[in-house]
Amino acid sequence: MKRYQLTLGLLACAGVLLQGCTAPGETRPDEGSAVVEERSVGPGGEGAAREGEGAQAGSAQMGRGAALHPLEDPESPLSRRVIYFEFDSSEVSAADRALVTAHAQFLSQHPEVSVVVEGHADERGSREYNLALGERRAKGVERLLNLQGTGKEQMQVISFGEERPVALGHDEQAWGLNRRVELLYSGY
Amino acid sequence: MNRIIPLFLPLLLLLAQSAHARLEIEITGGEEGALPIAVVPFAYEGAGAPPQDLAAIIAADLKRSGRFAPRAAESLPERPREGREVNFPAWRNAGIDNVVVGRIQQQAGRYLVQFQLLDTLRGTQQAGYSIPAGSGQLRSVAHQISDIIYERLTGERGAFNTHVAYVMTDQLADGKRQYRLAIADADGYNEQIILTSGQPLMSPAWSPDGSRLAYVSFEEGRSAVYVQQVRSGQREKVASFEGINSAPAWSPDGQKLALTLSRDGNPEIYILSVDDRRLTQVTRHYAIDTEPAWAPDGRSLVFTSDRGGRPQIYRVEIGSTGTIGRPQRITFEGTYNARAAFSADGKYLAMVHGSGGAFRIGLLELASGNLRVLTDTRLDESPSFAPNGSMIIYATEVGGRGVLQVVSVNGGARQRLGLVRGDVREPSWSPFILE
Repeated sequence: MKRYQLTLGLLACAGVLLQGCTAPGETRPDEGSAVVEERSVGPGGEGAAREGEGAQAGSAQMGRGAALHPLEDPESPLSRRVIYFEFDSSEVSAADRALVTAHAQFLSQHPEVSVVVEGHADERGSREYNLALGERRAKGVERLLNLQGTGKEQMQVISFGEERPVALGHDEQAWGLNRRVELLYSGY
Repeated sequence: MNRIIPLFLPLLLLLAQSAHARLEIEITGGEEGALPIAVVPFAYEGAGAPPQDLAAIIAADLKRSGRFAPRAAESLPERPREGREVNFPAWRNAGIDNVVVGRIQQQAGRYLVQFQLLDTLRGTQQAGYSIPAGSGQLRSVAHQISDIIYERLTGERGAFNTHVAYVMTDQLADGKRQYRLAIADADGYNEQIILTSGQPLMSPAWSPDGSRLAYVSFEEGRSAVYVQQVRSGQREKVASFEGINSAPAWSPDGQKLALTLSRDGNPEIYILSVDDRRLTQVTRHYAIDTEPAWAPDGRSLVFTSDRGGRPQIYRVEIGSTGTIGRPQRITFEGTYNARAAFSADGKYLAMVHGSGGAFRIGLLELASGNLRVLTDTRLDESPSFAPNGSMIIYATEVGGRGVLQVVSVNGGARQRLGLVRGDVREPSWSPFILE
């Protein structure tokens, strides 16, 4: 039930996004609906923003205009393209499911766009197992995208395991950043 | 009594490129009951300075094994050049039961190395050889001498005259990462780069005769398995299916590779016939199955699977007609056991053993099921046995850097091979070099 509402919210959201409209941000009230809340077009979204946010929305409209491609819009949920995981897990968190949904909406409406779903792992444990784990993470995201309308031919899964870390430390902070799936749009 | 037997060098590896030794070596610890031995600095008969300090190389080899406690050259009671010059009572009084003496003779641009291993208690020679060598072969001669001494005094074959393959990574000035596949002597010297790539290289594995390396390269943007001739550098891609192509492991007969493919959507173990590229599927499970390793008799494989929820080691029988048995779990201790490697006698498995948030090298005795943790670092991986089973080389992180460590299977002796710059990892110890 919750997911159904979430999807509806994002449908509305994606429609707005495609016109280049940006909504003011808001901190996440709870995990399950975080992104929906953040991006939905409510009364505040029309410019009657909460304190301190009006200027941000205004400048977005002036500076970028309606022609901005959603993949180039830093205010769009599509600007977030990394999904993070727990150790030895390939489960997409509730919060990141909304992010995946935003990408699925975009991809299903743009069948000409393709994306590489790239899976990664942290350095702990063995390398070959981590290569498989990175693939399982990427395939999990691919499956979610597909279930929400993204064509299989639009997606390519690659795993790099622990071979391409973004953070080079050897602590939980670095590991958390390295356990990830990246959505790579060619040209963006 | 001073019998000296001529010994001929096996062909040395001829590699495409050569480079200076880049690995720094540090030896720590030693085993209880290590045997005192003296390696007297070899006399040199020739022009100029001695080309190599063979005695130092031999002493370092013996010390690294953990089985010997070589005496410092400065503390020796005398410096005989050959057996008949040895004053046995002087060595007995110094508490040294075994003495190695030798000399290097320069002969028309080549060398003749003679050495003798002497038992000071009995006043007898235990081994004596005469080995001709070119100047580039002297380190190898020293390792052969170490092998002879080791075998004579322990009863086990020595594994000093062997090689290690590994992967190095570092960041270039332009920020790009560089990956290099290298081979060095087992003591870290004579490093030679056999492949350089801007994309990850993984999982080097020696063929049983030491002539080829299988490895994983991402040079085409995704994983593929290659086999490269070590001497010629000639290579071919043997697996580049959809999905991951990884973890190659040679069958004991050198005809097949066990590997991991996710061509059907999920990582499974397959056996690839290297000549005709025929594939046999070994596992069928929705879990991750990877990191196969052959038992030395070729009749079973072990592999990592998380079919029970967490990665553990499983074993599957491979029948002579190609029949595949049902996988049986063989590790039960710890929350994470992966990347098993067989000892050459098939009695032990070394593996990455995760417990309490640390990943260490565990040694499982198959007959008893006893697991012993050999290391005390926390990010250990890629264990690989020396071909005589006495030592294990593995990768770990020390001071923020990837280094290789060697630990004796009995515990105690440790050595570290580190890089001045960048990381080194995924060591694979070569088999004995075939003549």
